[in-house]
Amino acid sequence: MKVVLDHLTKKFPNRNKKIKEDVIAVNDFTFEIPDGKLVGLLGPSGCGKSTTLNLISGLEKPTSGKVYFGETDVTELPPENRGVGLVFQNYALYPHLTVRQNIIFPLENLKGDQKLTKQEMNDRALEAARMVQIHELMDRKPNELSGGQQQRVAIARALVKMPGILLLDEPLSNLDARLRLQTREELRRIQTSTGITTVFVTHDQEEAMSISDMIVVMKDGVIHQIGKPQQVYDDPVNLFVAKFLGTPPINVFAARVEKEKLYIGEEAVLDVHGVADGPVTAGIRPEGFLLSKDGEFTCEPSSLEVMGRDTSIVSTHSACEAPAIRSIVIAGEEEVKLLDEIFDGVRPAPESKGKLKFHLRPGKVHLFDVSTGDRIRFS
Amino acid sequence: MKKEMKAWIYLLPAILFLGIFMVYPLVDVLIYSFEEGYNFASQSFEGYGLFNYSYVLHDPYFLQALKNTFIIVIITVPVSTTLALFISLGLSKIKVLRNFFQTVYFLPYVTNTLAVGLVFMILFKKTAYSDGLVNMLIHLFGGPTVDFIDGPYAAKMFVMCFYTVCIVMPFKILILTSALASVNPMYYKAAKVDGTPSWRIFTKITLPMIAPMIFYLVITGFIGAFKAYSDEVALFGTDLNSAGMNTIVGYVYDMLYGDSGGYPSYAAAAALILFAIVFTITLINLMISKSGK
Repeated sequence: MKVVLDHLTKKFPNRNKKIKEDVIAVNDFTFEIPDGKLVGLLGPSGCGKSTTLNLISGLEKPTSGKVYFGETDVTELPPENRGVGLVFQNYALYPHLTVRQNIIFPLENLKGDQKLTKQEMNDRALEAARMVQIHELMDRKPNELSGGQQQRVAIARALVKMPGILLLDEPLSNLDARLRLQTREELRRIQTSTGITTVFVTHDQEEAMSISDMIVVMKDGVIHQIGKPQQVYDDPVNLFVAKFLGTPPINVFAARVEKEKLYIGEEAVLDVHGVADGPVTAGIRPEGFLLSKDGEFTCEPSSLEVMGRDTSIVSTHSACEAPAIRSIVIAGEEEVKLLDEIFDGVRPAPESKGKLKFHLRPGKVHLFDVSTGDRIRFS
Repeated sequence: MKKEMKAWIYLLPAILFLGIFMVYPLVDVLIYSFEEGYNFASQSFEGYGLFNYSYVLHDPYFLQALKNTFIIVIITVPVSTTLALFISLGLSKIKVLRNFFQTVYFLPYVTNTLAVGLVFMILFKKTAYSDGLVNMLIHLFGGPTVDFIDGPYAAKMFVMCFYTVCIVMPFKILILTSALASVNPMYYKAAKVDGTPSWRIFTKITLPMIAPMIFYLVITGFIGAFKAYSDEVALFGTDLNSAGMNTIVGYVYDMLYGDSGGYPSYAAAAALILFAIVFTITLINLMISKSGK
């Protein structure tokens, strides 16, 4: 089932009672989640992503705007009549019930025609449990399960009603790093095999990028960009989106444009056609640096991080916003030779000053307006 | 060795106090209860045996006290706990005036028992000038005057239980309100998304979550009600035997210091019988609460 949010707005009264003005948690959201897709709502904490999820589930009523499931307007429907499955950040498993009882719980609430026999309930619960591979733990209590297992029980409980939409609030944030990676794949697998429209909330861009069909990047209750993860990464609409996506993060420089050339410091590093003269903010992705003897962009080497697959060079530059620039280079034969000259092990060699030079890949360099942060496109 | 010494020194004050004021009297009471024909004046006795127990168990005053105590326990513990639960539920639901009502319900707890007793006198006591507020109400509906303080047993017991419930409820409301507040609201949200009816939310989620607190209240409630005495005095005066409203603790007191007092052996036997009853009931309570988990 597709989900459509139409000019959705949610305001909360300010906690500080002296301030009359409401807090706008969700500001005029309009977007469509296509049927059967996995969508990640991504943003820093307090940006309104959980509120958006609650508005879709019906736990919160919007101040204005509409929510549609398919073609039906569900704005006024209470959560129980919307047919959504919701997985909470802390799972909200009832601690006094066994896994089986937890999963069956939503089924026991069904009334009228939908009412199931004990046998049917058990079968449905077992089916849901099998899907998330916890069918061998049916008689345990939640506190006898690991975090990852509890997470699966919570998903099984949300799936057992066969909802049209599955909502997950920070599904991975309570798991340790290794389990997070594993559960991430698992989520994707469950979503693919059920084909259920899924919306999940996260503040972890890597998580969102890795499993979503589509990501929605938000900040302060406003949608900044919607799109496929790769597309948003490659083509951010503003500085916030560019900075929020990617590890290591994008390197940001105070730069200027003179006669269609981009200057960082005193060096003209790139041709930028169609950009007016003046100061700009330049963002360069870590993979946008090409190590070269005759590169245009000179940095001060500070250390080398070898991670097997690729090599990360840490350097500094006076125009850089952050204390260190991280650039990832694929170490070919020539580059290794060059790196050997500049670095002595992981430390810079004594005579290395001025030797670390890069070409920049135009597609990995983004320019932004200094005051608004909006993207300035060039060719 | 030195370490152990240090530990004992730290424990010494507590051991001394508990020993002198708790353990020694307990042992002494046990011994007293077996001393037959104890003479208070000469501090002498004739021998050891079970006569004291047999005397107490055949004493009509004790049997009356036993009956009264049991009635008070059986009525007030469930009634006060259930009422407290519903009042706490109500308090947790309302937003306006919550603090005001919490204060109102808590007032009897910080009020002196005897002061509350006085209020009850105004409500129930027949005087030369009036029949009390409750009787005025009964008259309004055309009923006959009931003497709640010196009248029939059922009327007196009603006042007694009513009074006890009022006295013990504030503490239970306090405990249960905080127990209800400690239930993570996320469970209610989850239940709401699943379309759980509110009665089912109450029985399947709220009750099990606050069950440990309820059991705590039931157990302490039982123990407290078995030890009832001052409430009775507040309502019916010190001569509880003639009012027919004595309790076991009242009987123990009477045997020691009352008008017919001076029999520490009988008092000790009665106290130990009370201890046996409370101990058994508490064990049963604990067993029920364990099997419930």
